[in-house]
Amino acid sequence: MDVVVIGGGPAGLSAAIRAQELGLKVVVVEEGRLGGILPQCIHTGFGLLTYGEDLTGPELAHRLINSYQGEVLRGHAAGLEYSYHRKRVRVITEGGTVTLEAPTVIYAAGARERHAHEIGIVGDRVAGIYTAGEAQALMDLYGVLPGREVVIVGSGDVGLIMARRLSLEGAKVKAVVEMLPYPGGLARNLMILRDFNIPLLLNHRVVEVRGRGRVERVKVVSGSKEEWIKCDTLLVSAGLVPRVKLLRRAGAIIDERTSGPLVNDRLETSLPGIFAAGNSLVINDLVDYAMEQGRIAAEGAEEFIREGGIPSQDWVKVIPGDNVRSVVPQLISPGREVIAYVRPSKPLNDATLTLPNGRVRLGVIKPSEMLRVRVKAEEGGVAHVEIQG
Amino acid sequence: MRVAVVGAGITGVCVARELSRYRVEVHVFDAKPDVGWGVSKANTGLIHACYDDDPERFPVRAKACVEGNRMWRSLVEELSIPHSWDGSMVVGDEEDLPRLRELLRRGIRNGVPELRIVEARKLEPLIKGEYALYAPTAGQISPPQAVIAIAESAAINGVRFHLETEVKGIRVKSGEVEAIITNEGEVRVDAVVNAAGLKADEVAGMVGLPMEIRPRKGEYLIFDEDAGPKPSHIIFPVPSERSKGVVVTTEVSGHLMVGPNANDVQDKEDVSTTVEGLREVYGKASKLWPLPPMNKVIRSFAGLRPEPRGGDFILGRTEVGGFYNAAGMRSPGLTAAPAVGKELASMIAEDLELDRKLRWKAGRPLPVDGGGVVCRCNLVTSGRVRWAIERMRFLGVKTPSVDSVKFRTSATAGTCQGSFCRVHIARMLAEEYGVPLWQVTLKGKGSELGVGDVKALVI
Ligand SMILES: Cc1cc2nc3c(=O)[nH]c(=O)nc-3n(C[C@H](O)[C@H](O)[C@H](O)COP(=O)(O)OP(=O)(O)OC[C@H]3O[C@@H](n4cnc5c(N)ncnc54)[C@H](O)[C@@H]3O)c2cc1C
Ligand SMILES: Cc1cc2nc3c(=O)[nH]c(=O)nc-3n(C[C@H](O)[C@H](O)[C@H](O)COP(=O)(O)OP(=O)(O)OC[C@H]3O[C@@H](n4cnc5c(N)ncnc54)[C@H](O)[C@@H]3O)c2cc1C
Repeated sequence: MDVVVIGGGPAGLSAAIRAQELGLKVVVVEEGRLGGILPQCIHTGFGLLTYGEDLTGPELAHRLINSYQGEVLRGHAAGLEYSYHRKRVRVITEGGTVTLEAPTVIYAAGARERHAHEIGIVGDRVAGIYTAGEAQALMDLYGVLPGREVVIVGSGDVGLIMARRLSLEGAKVKAVVEMLPYPGGLARNLMILRDFNIPLLLNHRVVEVRGRGRVERVKVVSGSKEEWIKCDTLLVSAGLVPRVKLLRRAGAIIDERTSGPLVNDRLETSLPGIFAAGNSLVINDLVDYAMEQGRIAAEGAEEFIREGGIPSQDWVKVIPGDNVRSVVPQLISPGREVIAYVRPSKPLNDATLTLPNGRVRLGVIKPSEMLRVRVKAEEGGVAHVEIQG
Repeated sequence: MRVAVVGAGITGVCVARELSRYRVEVHVFDAKPDVGWGVSKANTGLIHACYDDDPERFPVRAKACVEGNRMWRSLVEELSIPHSWDGSMVVGDEEDLPRLRELLRRGIRNGVPELRIVEARKLEPLIKGEYALYAPTAGQISPPQAVIAIAESAAINGVRFHLETEVKGIRVKSGEVEAIITNEGEVRVDAVVNAAGLKADEVAGMVGLPMEIRPRKGEYLIFDEDAGPKPSHIIFPVPSERSKGVVVTTEVSGHLMVGPNANDVQDKEDVSTTVEGLREVYGKASKLWPLPPMNKVIRSFAGLRPEPRGGDFILGRTEVGGFYNAAGMRSPGLTAAPAVGKELASMIAEDLELDRKLRWKAGRPLPVDGGGVVCRCNLVTSGRVRWAIERMRFLGVKTPSVDSVKFRTSATAGTCQGSFCRVHIARMLAEEYGVPLWQVTLKGKGSELGVGDVKALVI
């Protein structure tokens, strides 16, 4: 075995396909469905950049699954042990625990959703409080209608898509509540609010839930104003967090800005031979980027095996400057043009991105839309990345 | 002969298990869908060392606490109850030394062994404070799991549990209890044990006895498994008259936990958390220990202490023949419960002239594992979930609830709080109980997972 891929979502499958193309022997460890989050996203909006086609989640999942002919181990990767030449992955399967060994690992375990407790919502711990993904799985995989009168926390794409899904099912979405002064989602998804007449409360926060067995009302505050909205369901769509437990425990350095591992331009973590891709590296709004990261990581793994390690160099540190929330990778090779993913920290109308290798006019930018750029930096320096409004 | 125990909290199940050693029919009634869903499911879970119960003012409490602490040592082994014996530290500075000495002397009077005043940072380097009263005999258990384990052991020895069965009245004839009246019908009984927690005053009222139990809320924060630093002892502030104060502890499951505060409330059902309360808890705990930031919190919760008038436990015989109290079980009621159970059972055995059984089983079946992982955060397998469902059935749980599985397996109690696995657990419950998926509840009737099948609304 050359590479163990943890996670069979779009990032993991893309990594596995690319690694096979490069002649590596691959095993993908997946505990749920191959395709990751895709099978439950029955809307379109997938794969436009990669295939030039607007696919649904299940359609894209199909393509990826069909293009991967290698081995899949069904089970939960519960342990990751680092040593330079051999990584050990402990997998709990239906039939017992299996330990895989390989010189490289690509970690593509996706993300988890932030839940009500984490965002400080207090009150009663009752039924009717779901994360958006849980509600989506209930509806689209298991045919359960979560509720009738819904308040959604967060105006990101996931929240908006669920607003549409619930409305189409006959539920009443009473409000989408957004803490920030601007909406989070893509313009095409914001149309949903207009189509279904859903109020968007900007600069508002849901702070409390009350109810006996089930949600009966939620408290929404804005500055000193507060209001109770009657509803039976609270959907929390307050962002995703990379699932990095195994990486952290194995000793990888975690970047506080992305909550994912710190990586170089091969997407190699601080543990040599362990690479990361997709939502466990950085939260991607576009699946195309997650897939691309999978391919980059696979190329890194191939290089690691071929060269006995990624060549030593004086890594250039990427420094996020004005209006930049995060950049991945955090370390780049001097003199090499690499792909970087830049997350702006606020919306701007006429933005310009400054990189070590020049300036790019961006026009309108939003934190919800990650920027994909090519960066090149010279030896012995640091690479400042900043955005001017 | 037949004894009815009202309430399947830690107190009721301990009484029932001790009674199961005698030749007598024992029935436990609880209004809730599962055992231990009252006060006993939301508390700090500490087995106190028992230095802060004043033996002059609260003699019953002080005695039962010390005895209970000893009994838990073998009980956790016998019944495989998750536990840890970490020892506790009451931490203070130079000016608190007189208070620490006072607690030490009280502990000595109560017969608590191995107490000592130490330089706090020698034991716990990150602690905020100079000195500590160190009590090595203090420990922790998982309270809901303890109630379940003891209830199972009782059931194995013939005790019958009647869940979702509310006791609505008690018939007394010529000064003796005769029958209890429930929503499921009437049962003739020779003795009744009032272990009704917050509602023990209502149950006492059913036989005309006065009692007053007031709810006092305590709120908690639990941090992510990977958030630290975590102490290796249970850390208390210097106590006040009202409570032992906000504690910092690494609970049995490995999470950093802080709480509780203590606020008197009106409503005995109100276990909501509040912004102010949680802020108070965080603030007070940060005076003892360097806490991770609030965004590492994965859960907040609250419980209600059943505070009796006068402050001491209300235990034993009453003016009504056959009516026994095991009430007013405020803190350290969890610690004291095994001792209370033993005391009540021997009292009843004496009064009803019961003989001991020749054969009695001490243990309970061990959990079974197998299959794939369902709860990824806490690594709970599908085999373990099925085992939990089987144990629910064994005890007579009628309504399928995710919480019943959670308390038996720790599934859904990790970092993601069930957003991945709740639905899978619900599917197994739906299958085993033969109900539609949306009807599986979170915590009993009225908390169904959904409102119907998709498309149910538009048709
Ligand atoms: C509701 C929603 C709507 C979206 N809509 C769009 C859209 O319209 N267009 C678009 O381009 N993008 C969209 N996205 C984003 C896109 O889906 C993600 O960027 C992409 O799925 C990330 O892929 P991934 O492989 O990193 O993670 P995932 O898809 O989450 O896959 C991770 C996989 O790893 C497995 N796994 C994790 N841990 C382990 C372990 N320890 N052992 C074994 N297996 C493990 C999981 O089971 C899962 O299958 C959407 C996302 C969501 C949540
Ligand atoms: C915040 C807090 C922290 C605490 N910390 C600790 C600690 O660290 N250590 C410690 O030792 N103790 C602690 N305690 C105290 C301990 O939790 C209680 O003493 C103990 O749980 C009480 O158990 P119980 O069985 O008496 O009551 P409960 O667990 O409330 O059981 C009573 C049961 O009776 C049922 N019931 C009531 N009325 C009826 C009726 N009419 N018909 C049928 N059923 C009925 C209820 O449904 C309930 O299940 C704490 C308490 C709180 C609230």
